[in-house]
Amino acid sequence: MMSVSPGTPTVNIGLLERLTNAIAVSGDEREVRSIVLEEVQSIAEDMRIDALGNVLVTRRAKTSPFLKVMVAAHMDEVGFMIVDEDEGGLYRFAVVGGMDSRLLPGKAVLVGKDHLPGVIGARPIHLSESSDLERAIPVDSLRIDLGTGGAGKAQPGDRAGFATRFQQSGPSLIAKALDNRLGVAALIELVKNPLDHIELQAAFTVQEEIGLRGAGVAAYAMNPDRAIVIDSTPAFDLPVWDAAENYQYNTRLGAGPAIYTADAGTLSDPRLVSHLIETAEAEGIPYQLRQPGGGGTDAGAIHRQRAGIPTVSLSVPGRYAHTPILLARVSDWQNTLALVYHALRRLHPSLLTAERS
Amino acid sequence: MIELSPFLKQLISLPGLSAYEDPVRQVIAEAWLPLVDELSISKLGSLHGLRKNRRNKKIEGEKKETSPRILLSAHMDAIGMMVTAVENGFIRVTSIGGLDPRVLAFQPVTVHGRRDLPGILAMPPDRLLPPEQGGKPVKKEHWLVDVGLPPSEVQELVRPGDLVSMATQPIDLSGETLAGHSLDNRASVAALTLALQELQYVSQAWDVWAVASSQEETCLGGAYTSPFDIRPDIAVAIDVTFAKGPGVNDYRGYGLGKGCALGWGPNIHPAIYKTLKETAVDLDMPYQIEIMPRHSGTDAYAMQVVAEGIPTAVVSIPLRYMHTPVEVVSLKDIARTGRLLAEFIARLEPDYVQKIVWEDK
Repeated sequence: MMSVSPGTPTVNIGLLERLTNAIAVSGDEREVRSIVLEEVQSIAEDMRIDALGNVLVTRRAKTSPFLKVMVAAHMDEVGFMIVDEDEGGLYRFAVVGGMDSRLLPGKAVLVGKDHLPGVIGARPIHLSESSDLERAIPVDSLRIDLGTGGAGKAQPGDRAGFATRFQQSGPSLIAKALDNRLGVAALIELVKNPLDHIELQAAFTVQEEIGLRGAGVAAYAMNPDRAIVIDSTPAFDLPVWDAAENYQYNTRLGAGPAIYTADAGTLSDPRLVSHLIETAEAEGIPYQLRQPGGGGTDAGAIHRQRAGIPTVSLSVPGRYAHTPILLARVSDWQNTLALVYHALRRLHPSLLTAERS
Repeated sequence: MIELSPFLKQLISLPGLSAYEDPVRQVIAEAWLPLVDELSISKLGSLHGLRKNRRNKKIEGEKKETSPRILLSAHMDAIGMMVTAVENGFIRVTSIGGLDPRVLAFQPVTVHGRRDLPGILAMPPDRLLPPEQGGKPVKKEHWLVDVGLPPSEVQELVRPGDLVSMATQPIDLSGETLAGHSLDNRASVAALTLALQELQYVSQAWDVWAVASSQEETCLGGAYTSPFDIRPDIAVAIDVTFAKGPGVNDYRGYGLGKGCALGWGPNIHPAIYKTLKETAVDLDMPYQIEIMPRHSGTDAYAMQVVAEGIPTAVVSIPLRYMHTPVEVVSLKDIARTGRLLAEFIARLEPDYVQKIVWEDK
């Protein structure tokens, strides 16, 4: 673990392990929500679960004037919903959230509230033509197989998630759903480490992966002065096939939190971008600027809520987002938590009246 | 006493890629040690266990009487990968055995470097691949294994030739079925072990040579060489076959949990096939008939043509999703296979080989 300046909260790997092993497919965030509640309900001055299932937590400021800052992290993950039952313990499924169908065959999943184990298999290579190997297997030919005794054990409507178990390897974390349990775990630490001059409005949001739906209503309800979104964004820092320089890396592992200037849904508030950069430089926290472009976070819904809420996102870089097995660095995660914490600490109400440029 | 489910889970949790079967061979040898009279390892790495016949007890000083021999072969090797290059902290690989690019994206793997490293078999995003690759299953030459360590450390720990094995954990499914990688063909190794266990209560007339063969997935290396060493009178390959299920709905698929499949085709001696079938009927055991019009795809293909030729048969365990990391087998089918083999051996009379004649008229 890197050294952190005094007062900086530290990440909790045990908590992350529980959060990533839990399954929270968009629309059914119950398992993660219950861990969040367990962690924060005894310390929050105000906490409620709204109509969509967002957990909205307030830590009141102790001094005045104070700023109301919403910090959001989505609880949901990509996964599946059972849509029909075939004979003999085989189930049709639909994908919930953005997932490349090429990664589905050959995976272990857990189905329903009881986490029934299942697998997504495929036609053996021995029975496939060589031209078949050049084509992705269509999702509608795949089934979740619960085993020969699995008939009637799952119902249409049940959710399923990947069965990958958390592990740590040297400086790296390997798990499913690091997008965005890294953000959820960091936000829990922020709730536990309040700042006197900030009213922290922590929003653990739902349904980010299917259209930023929880964050919009959470921002309306909380009505903050400013918002910061913590997420996990892809690091495409892999070698290019022809050994060319990689100019499309999005972010790089180990280079610190990735600050967003622009993505497909949001142009970050430039004052908040500058504030994050100045904070990182003043506190000696490594950071990187995420390559502007596609993708998006809850900020896309938050910044257009009400009369407009100046918002910035920052992400823990993570490889292999939206697959069954992601990889991120402990140091990037810790530095993300540190950067948000110190950015909040250094926020001054005068920022509200600062010019945008 | 070997318990099938935990034993099989142990077997599939061990590496043992073709020609590098040592880790799994050690555990099989431990299990076989109390069940056989002699254990040895062949020049190509197959494990040979001999359980001598229990009728011709050798009397001291007397000329050794030769007993007929049966060889039971279950290959123990697994498919996997081998490191070809280390590139800026990422590991490039090639395949050992038949790997399907459509089913391996983002699998957990273990890189057997200077120490074992957990890793991810990653497929780079389309933006980092040649344009013609877009949307298609990513070709093997573009796969990258990521162990999450700094490049300098990877460079120190990993080098070309190191093995990479699948690391999917065994999964208990409903209906006494088990999912995992390498069930092809550790399921058959487990069945053969159960057969040896049942033989403890049998005074069989034949010498039984149990073989956990090497290198089936690459070149049938064990299957060509072990029978030459042992010179059996008959040989039976135990392997897995395709079970009906998603992706397999035609005649090439057999019912999962519906009993073992007895092979029929040019690799099969009809008389042994017939005896196996009669044995299954007498045991009131469900069985299926696997049609093998050409190459049986098993050790039998090689064993049949060793030396002057050997009468061979194949007993198969139906398995779904072969060569994916989530192969599925029925534990009942494995237990049935073990029982059938033991009973088949128990029934072998000393003159069985003389009696199996071609029914030519």
